[in-house]
Amino acid sequence: MSNQTEGISDGKRAETLAAAVKAAARTRRYGSWYVAEHRFRVMRSYAQTVLFTAVGSPFVYLYAMGVGLAGLVDGNLGDDAVTGVSYLAFLAPALLASSAIAVATEEFTYPIMLGFRWNPTFFGMNASSIQPGQIINGLVISVAARMLVTCTIFYVFMLVFSAVPGRFGFVAAPVALLTGLAFGVLVMAYTATLKDDTGQLVMVERFVVLPMTLFSGTFFPLDVLPPYLQWIGWISPLWHGTELSRVFAYGLPEPIWLSLVHVLYLAALLAIGWIWARRLATRRLNK
Amino acid sequence: MPAPVIAAQNLVKSYPVKNSKEFVAVDGISFEVAPGESFGLLGPNGAGKSTTMRMIGAVSTRTSGDLDVLGLDPNRYGPEIRSQLGVVPQENNLDMELKVRENLLVYGRYFGLPRARVARRADELLEFAQLADKAGAKVDDLSGGMKRRLTIARALINDPRILLLDEPTTGLDPQARHILWDRLFRLKEQGTTLLLTTHYMDEAEQLCDRLVVVDQGRIMAEGSPADLIRRYSSREVLEVRFGSTQNAEVAGRIQGYGERVDVLPDRILVYSDSGENELERMTAAGLHPITSLVRRPSLEDVFLRLTGRNLIE
Repeated sequence: MSNQTEGISDGKRAETLAAAVKAAARTRRYGSWYVAEHRFRVMRSYAQTVLFTAVGSPFVYLYAMGVGLAGLVDGNLGDDAVTGVSYLAFLAPALLASSAIAVATEEFTYPIMLGFRWNPTFFGMNASSIQPGQIINGLVISVAARMLVTCTIFYVFMLVFSAVPGRFGFVAAPVALLTGLAFGVLVMAYTATLKDDTGQLVMVERFVVLPMTLFSGTFFPLDVLPPYLQWIGWISPLWHGTELSRVFAYGLPEPIWLSLVHVLYLAALLAIGWIWARRLATRRLNK
Repeated sequence: MPAPVIAAQNLVKSYPVKNSKEFVAVDGISFEVAPGESFGLLGPNGAGKSTTMRMIGAVSTRTSGDLDVLGLDPNRYGPEIRSQLGVVPQENNLDMELKVRENLLVYGRYFGLPRARVARRADELLEFAQLADKAGAKVDDLSGGMKRRLTIARALINDPRILLLDEPTTGLDPQARHILWDRLFRLKEQGTTLLLTTHYMDEAEQLCDRLVVVDQGRIMAEGSPADLIRRYSSREVLEVRFGSTQNAEVAGRIQGYGERVDVLPDRILVYSDSGENELERMTAAGLHPITSLVRRPSLEDVFLRLTGRNLIE
């Protein structure tokens, strides 16, 4: 190539670069929100289901467990038999956190499989100015929004059922959000490793979510369990989230360092899962 | 010649394979595409065409070599390059959970374009893709050709400088292909640079100003379709069939006919300036093919000549 043509192409190059940098600048900054926008539009197509479960499940659970089962428990053990409060007050924060876990399990399994494999929209996004990490961010943002709606509605039902004795009970909602996301990003990362679903996602529900819900101090305090089963609670984000919720909802007596451990543990899971999912997405989309 | 919009120099992409030598998908290819040009990568499945497209589309990191798209290095300026590209992938990745028009709306936002502008552009593009009356339809209800047209419309939402099309008409019926070619031809007339992969020679002949024939990750030849046919084929091709059991036996007796004879499992090809003359010579020698056909040469013949294999196997 002669010097002259190089000179021309250098000028042209600078011009193209400037135009391209300008065109991509907004996406570099707001790309995650654009992905979230896309997800909200998809969620709108099943908004009725979202609202129905968000309103229906707290009602059903709080009524069945908190009124029905609680009648039995309190009737036999007294009004303050479970960690010093009524069974309803004990149970409600746990059910709140579980509802966040339910949203996480729903939104971070099949929709992820869909985007990578069955209807590979993530590849479509990746062909635009969007980057893989932004796809993951956008998913987290959109699910967090749905989860916040679900948790808020649940909390309102808790108030209606008079299940929140503590003044700072409302903090239980953001704690549930943190719990749901901390667990959710791990599920998302795991799903992102799957080439295809040959039953793994059902296994996650049956052998991870279900035992976690049963053995995380949800329906009875963890120390009721034999010691060799208590570790399930210690590693369970749901247990940490539930205990922290209880501290705010009715002042569950626990040392402050333990409350701190709950927060740090959940934050650490959230960070690990999020980073892991971003890496997996990058590896999978940029082959 | 104006500065190329795409320049690949010794481009290599290899993937590690467990317990084995690495797999080399693209094995040192070099080519340049000029602005406004319609450039094709022709080759069979697995030739490395899609991998090359992904590297140009800045969604795959090259193993070695140089690649320059619009003067930028894809390794460093991925989002910037992609902001100037429109991509029509081989596998449909429209969002099936959204309506036709919504697919354009969300995609436009990915380039940071304001909502009002995206909405306006979406309507123009639905018109261009002849899908205006399907705006509110579910994507799933569209035919294969319509989905492909919608994907092209989506790829144009950001007014790209280069449109990348990976096997644009694979799986479409003939009528749908012609509608699609017509749309692509219009884009070409408007000055959009097209880069497409195909394993259909008729598609390459219809759409490409220039192309490279790719096989096993390497470039076998480069030129315009007419140029390649002139260089690697004869003026006419005689195709004869003697029945699958007879072809091989007959082949031995007609060696030396025309410029060259190729024996395929189902037929024999004789390359010659005059197919009729060769056929007469055959009949005179007492050979009577079940069917015979004299046709003009195609890129398929070029490919066969270069690799000894068929394009579609």
